[in-house]
Amino acid sequence: MTDQLADAAYLGAIILFILALGGLSNQETARRGNFYGMLGMAIALIAAVAGIKGNYAVLIGTLSLGGVVGFVLARRVQMTQMPELVAILHSLVGLAAALVGYATYLDPDGQHYQGAEKTIHDIEIYLGILIGAVTFSGSVVAFGKLSGKIGGNPLTLPGRHWLNLILLIVTVALGVAFVGQSAEGGGLTPLLIMTVIALIFGIHMVMAIGGADMPVVVSMLNSYSGWAAAATGFMLKNDLLIVVGALVGSSGAILSYIMCRAMNRKFLSVIAGGFGSSSGGAAKSGDGEQGEAISISAEETAELMRDAKEVMIIPGYGMAVAQAQHTVNEMTKALRAKGVNVRFGIHPVAGRMPGHMNVLLAEAKVPYDIVFEMDEINEGFPDVDVSVVIGANDIVNPSALDEPDSPIAGMPVLECWKGRHTIVLKRSMATGYAGVENPLFFKENTQMLFGDAQESLEGVLKALGS
Amino acid sequence: MQIGIPNEIYEGECRVATTPDVAQHLQKLGFTVAIEQGAGESASFPDQSYRDAGVQIIEKAADLWASSDIIFKVRAPEDEEVGYLAPGKILVSFIWPAQNEELMSALAATGATVLAMDSVPRISRAQKLDALSSMANIAGYRAVVEAAQHFGRFFTGQITAAGKVPPAKVLVIGAGVAGLAAIGAARSMGAIVRAFDTRPEVKEQVESMDADFLMLDFEDEEDGAGEGGYAKVMSEAFIEAEMALFREQAQEVDIIITTALIPGKPAPKLILADMVELMKEGSVIVDLATEQGGNCELSEAGKVVVKHGVSLVGYTDLPSRLAAQSSQLYGTNLRHMLTDLSPEKDGTVNVDMEDEVIRGATVIKDGKVTWPPPAPKLSAVPSEEKKPEPPPQPAPTEPAAKRSVLGFLVPLLLAGGALAGVGSFAPSSFMEHFTVFVLACFVGYMVIWNVSPALHTPLMSVTNAISSIIIIGALMQISKETPAIVWLAAVAILITAINIVGGFAVTHRMLEMFRKD
Repeated sequence: MTDQLADAAYLGAIILFILALGGLSNQETARRGNFYGMLGMAIALIAAVAGIKGNYAVLIGTLSLGGVVGFVLARRVQMTQMPELVAILHSLVGLAAALVGYATYLDPDGQHYQGAEKTIHDIEIYLGILIGAVTFSGSVVAFGKLSGKIGGNPLTLPGRHWLNLILLIVTVALGVAFVGQSAEGGGLTPLLIMTVIALIFGIHMVMAIGGADMPVVVSMLNSYSGWAAAATGFMLKNDLLIVVGALVGSSGAILSYIMCRAMNRKFLSVIAGGFGSSSGGAAKSGDGEQGEAISISAEETAELMRDAKEVMIIPGYGMAVAQAQHTVNEMTKALRAKGVNVRFGIHPVAGRMPGHMNVLLAEAKVPYDIVFEMDEINEGFPDVDVSVVIGANDIVNPSALDEPDSPIAGMPVLECWKGRHTIVLKRSMATGYAGVENPLFFKENTQMLFGDAQESLEGVLKALGS
Repeated sequence: MQIGIPNEIYEGECRVATTPDVAQHLQKLGFTVAIEQGAGESASFPDQSYRDAGVQIIEKAADLWASSDIIFKVRAPEDEEVGYLAPGKILVSFIWPAQNEELMSALAATGATVLAMDSVPRISRAQKLDALSSMANIAGYRAVVEAAQHFGRFFTGQITAAGKVPPAKVLVIGAGVAGLAAIGAARSMGAIVRAFDTRPEVKEQVESMDADFLMLDFEDEEDGAGEGGYAKVMSEAFIEAEMALFREQAQEVDIIITTALIPGKPAPKLILADMVELMKEGSVIVDLATEQGGNCELSEAGKVVVKHGVSLVGYTDLPSRLAAQSSQLYGTNLRHMLTDLSPEKDGTVNVDMEDEVIRGATVIKDGKVTWPPPAPKLSAVPSEEKKPEPPPQPAPTEPAAKRSVLGFLVPLLLAGGALAGVGSFAPSSFMEHFTVFVLACFVGYMVIWNVSPALHTPLMSVTNAISSIIIIGALMQISKETPAIVWLAAVAILITAINIVGGFAVTHRMLEMFRKD
């Protein structure tokens, strides 16, 4: 295959990838979009494989083994584990970028570059490995946190900002050293040291970030994996990689931005980590006017919902933890059969990953046309008879709007307290991730249904049936 | 501290200040509760039920008053009860300080602290301890029951085999808490209900209860809302128009329930003798204001009289006639009051004169009269809305405009500078790729903003799959000769293959799940 033909194939792949992302603009076109993506990948792979001159056994062996592993992973994964899966897949992209960077560095063909081209080539290698390594270690830690293998609390080392700064300065210095030594054919030592530093940096960065900021981290790592691909593209002078990397990179960046906006937090402050400690002043516990929370039984909950016309369900991470999405769907079906209009209100940062709740509800076969975004339904709460909050806390906290000095002040929240009744399913009165008291629980029209979400909902479902 | 609940000695009073249920809550706040023998009897709460709730029963009133630190009562204390009070004791009950000057000075002389449940300020925070509203609600309901008792027909209209029954027509004057409760009760019994009030803003509330709001044919806009959500005295022309309306209504309706009160003033006379005469034989008037002189000229306090064939119900003890219900609501109001008084929930009381609610209710503090309280800061009526809007802050247009120009220029200059820098040093081959890169970033930006938020997870998994396009880099190196490169490339191919297949497959799986009904 000639180079021109390969380039044409790559161009076709680029267009197909853009169409794939464009297809995700709504549910009807999304499946076709995914198909475009696969087609684009297939075309790119065929074009690349056609240019290979040997080592077919290794190629076919690794390709098929990887394919099988990937396929099995994708079939087996639980929908509640999607954040973990996405994180670990990110780490693979990062690792691959670092490996390809090293391979390029070792490649004797790279030595023909001269002058400025040589410098730029070296910088590209350096950056590619740097971003790849950070993505890799950061994603591994994110995976550990999301799967519960590492504690979810932010690890805040003393002087961590200084530590990060020192690491950054050392990295730049090593970069200068690498470019200098590489011109004389050396440079492996600074490259290796930098890799270690990058790995440490990635670990440290994600360790400092707490559980509910995970949506930002996951989308940020998504973005990094894209930039890693783009850097590899520059390194190899391949436009396909550059374009795909830029697409993925900007996609992740936009997701991070959306998540930050949904929490009313600055991207930098999320990345700097240690929520609450940096924003000064621990959560003030209102002015002692909390009153008492009123608890309610599953039977009463069922009765309230049965008599309602409009029910709004607000799921949070607690629903994912309790694996309650199927029971939620059963309950929804039972209520809809009784003529109750059930809708779902999804906060952008509910769960541990952008769109996490939507996927869980989709898995449980909740029709997507009754699942709404916060902005679509927030105005409508005064008409809602019963809001059911399942394992969510900060995203329904009225103090985000009422108390200017609350740590979550200004964060957009689902204003369920404007409805007639709110029922909160919760294990205990513990505060949410932000450590802020939630005055919602003490409002007159709020009732608490304590216990495991799954068990509580089963009780409600049973009472609905009888 | 011990809370004591004496028997109400006022004649005919059936209520009791605390029910067994409320007593349990009081104990949770750290107090002990004692009750005089038989205090709950007439409200259908026998001594045994209190004993079961952990309440001590004390035989003699004198002992109870002596041993208790806090006394909960319904009616204002009688002379003999005032005698039991001593410095340090706290009395919580209805007092009506404006009408009972003598009582106030007698109470002050004892050196005790007195909280009047009728003086709780009408602010939203104090709603849960607003005993006046609780009692008014019951009185309104009971007024309808009394009316039904003396009315010889159905409330609801029916068509039966034995003929047609027209629905009763009820006019409720004054749509406060009592009036609204009466409207609700009469409506649910099936009557046609009309309501009148001098405050036009209650129209919505009346209509929400499915009753008609009678409008006055009156030129001037006059708003009858006074301070604290109560009505005020109206102008003469207004009253004239009002009278004409009532006269006309009196000929039509079967039942009139009047609840009109103006704080600190005798009740306005709304139903005059000639109007009673105009009413049909067998009609009923329930006058809830007889204690303050009555809204009807002919009604008599505490009695039912029949004049011109119309039954005039003038009971002043309507809440007491629903004793179990009133006791329960009043007891709960008292409990909320105590919760406010005892923020630590440790069984001690702090009469905090800084707290607006407690300040308002405290009419005597340690023997010193503290009534009337300074005006409440807020009024519960929507008249707040009528206050002129605070003048908008002069907008800082000047600096904002400057900043926006700066904010617009700075990134532009930076970007321009960066581009110029790249352009002057980078070789042409780099510039080609750089162009592609920047354009691709913009394409990505445009495309991604259109992605539905519901599909963000599939978006992440699909971008994951396509970012494994790095495999191309590994493929370019797999056929090199250096073994180290081949190995690196082989591992890279393995893991990117996992990623590509895994990413696309899981995306496909997720998208399959999204379905409509």
